[in-house]
Amino acid sequence: MSQRRKVAASQGKRRSQAALENDGGEDVSFTQPTSSQLQRARDNFTSVQVDHKAAEVVQFILIKDQKKIPIRRTDIAKHIVKEYRAVYQDIMVRVGLIFERVFGMELVEIDTKSHTYILINKLEPTTEEPLSLNPKIGLLFVVLSVIFMKGGVIKEAVLKNTLKKLRVDFEERHDEFGDVKKLITEEFLRQKYLEYTRVPHTDPPEFEFRWGIRAEKEVSKLKIIELVGQLHNQDPQIWTQQYREATSQSSQSSQRS
Amino acid sequence: MAQPMGDSHRRFLQAIMSLGIVDESQANALHRSCCEQHGVNYDQRSLDDFIGAINVQLQPVFIQIRTGNSEEDGFQYRALVNMAETDVTRLSSDYAENELELFRKTMDLIVESESGSASSMDILNSADTLLTRKLKKKEAELVLQKFVQDKWLNEKHGSYSLSTRCIIEMDQYLRNTYQDLKVCHVCNNIALQSQICDNPMCGIRIHIPCVARFFKGNSDPHCPECKDFWPHEIPEIQRPPSSQHQRLSENAAPSTSGRPSTSQSRRPRR
Repeated sequence: MSQRRKVAASQGKRRSQAALENDGGEDVSFTQPTSSQLQRARDNFTSVQVDHKAAEVVQFILIKDQKKIPIRRTDIAKHIVKEYRAVYQDIMVRVGLIFERVFGMELVEIDTKSHTYILINKLEPTTEEPLSLNPKIGLLFVVLSVIFMKGGVIKEAVLKNTLKKLRVDFEERHDEFGDVKKLITEEFLRQKYLEYTRVPHTDPPEFEFRWGIRAEKEVSKLKIIELVGQLHNQDPQIWTQQYREATSQSSQSSQRS
Repeated sequence: MAQPMGDSHRRFLQAIMSLGIVDESQANALHRSCCEQHGVNYDQRSLDDFIGAINVQLQPVFIQIRTGNSEEDGFQYRALVNMAETDVTRLSSDYAENELELFRKTMDLIVESESGSASSMDILNSADTLLTRKLKKKEAELVLQKFVQDKWLNEKHGSYSLSTRCIIEMDQYLRNTYQDLKVCHVCNNIALQSQICDNPMCGIRIHIPCVARFFKGNSDPHCPECKDFWPHEIPEIQRPPSSQHQRLSENAAPSTSGRPSTSQSRRPRR
């Protein structure tokens, strides 16, 4: 995304700089310490040291999040945590608290196998939000709305046609969005806003879009359906199924927080 | 005394993070909208306390919302600053090695100039001497555009100066790097675009907006240091256009409203 939050890594600047360039690094072995190991490790580091490490991890994640790329635990461990690996969990607990208390964000593990995280905004989005001056987000919300209203999944061809009606062409450069196809089928996927899968047993292959995990966590379906209602000048409740899903999402998230 | 941090503070912080720098009217509009959205009493005078409360929480992660003044219009701005590191290399996640080198060369040219600016020709010529990887003129022009877009440089009629954001963020770096860097005699901040006392033994610098305030209504201005006659034009004090209060909310392209994207195409180019 185009905004640049100028938050760079702290003390370990050379190291984390290398870390940024070296995303595809090999997996580092990562074993859970036993409780006695953990105790010994905790004795080795002062609380101040652990706080300091936590601050570095926060900065590291903020840089990564500028591009909304999921963050891998191995990268955090390899480039920042390093010799503090035994107290990794302690550090991450503090990191989580900082994101929640200071930034209003939540660090969510989206894949428990590969241990990747994304940052989710915990603040309820509002229509008055002066946050985003980014036109791509506008397109994203149109795409998410279309998918949601079509029942959660949509064929690529249908999405293309729908967008064409809005004068956004997959095959043409757009003044605001640039390469539309790349944005939708690559950038939004990488950022976990969208999921893109091949429809089984199709030849030639057909593809379909769903909401990605970031969208599920960050985007309020109720807001989407209210907006679609406004556009069509309709009470959103006429879309019974979607409305039910939207209200159940919002009651779930209110239970969570 | 620091207030506890609430969602209004968090929303404000997120906005500053994504905008990088805001002017005072934007900061006020943002402050108001954040307070209103979270049902907090809004008091325009409390912006400094409000930001102070955020800074207390940011301090452990070496980040700060800092206040600074523009060298051009003298108005106040707020920018998010990384305290841990003020080196140019911090831009490294956004720029390639040779682009950074061009940025350093540009800074050298600007800081060492009398006018606090460098012509595009001089900068593009320096692109030939990059050690990391040379940039063609055309490429270097694009890189310069990117620096302007990202609010690190200002451009006016083909001459480039350091932006307010750059000076606020790089304050320490500039002071460390350039030994003979001058500060403004009036406000004590780094002075690049400024008026200089003609007396070669004196040579103090004063920002143009500071000159306007300092010599206001003075028909016979003299250098505050050496008492020689001050030979430069004394500009009028600039007032922030009051319509600016409107600006933020008009541009507010709501990230989640999903309003058809055409409504956002009206936003001004940064």
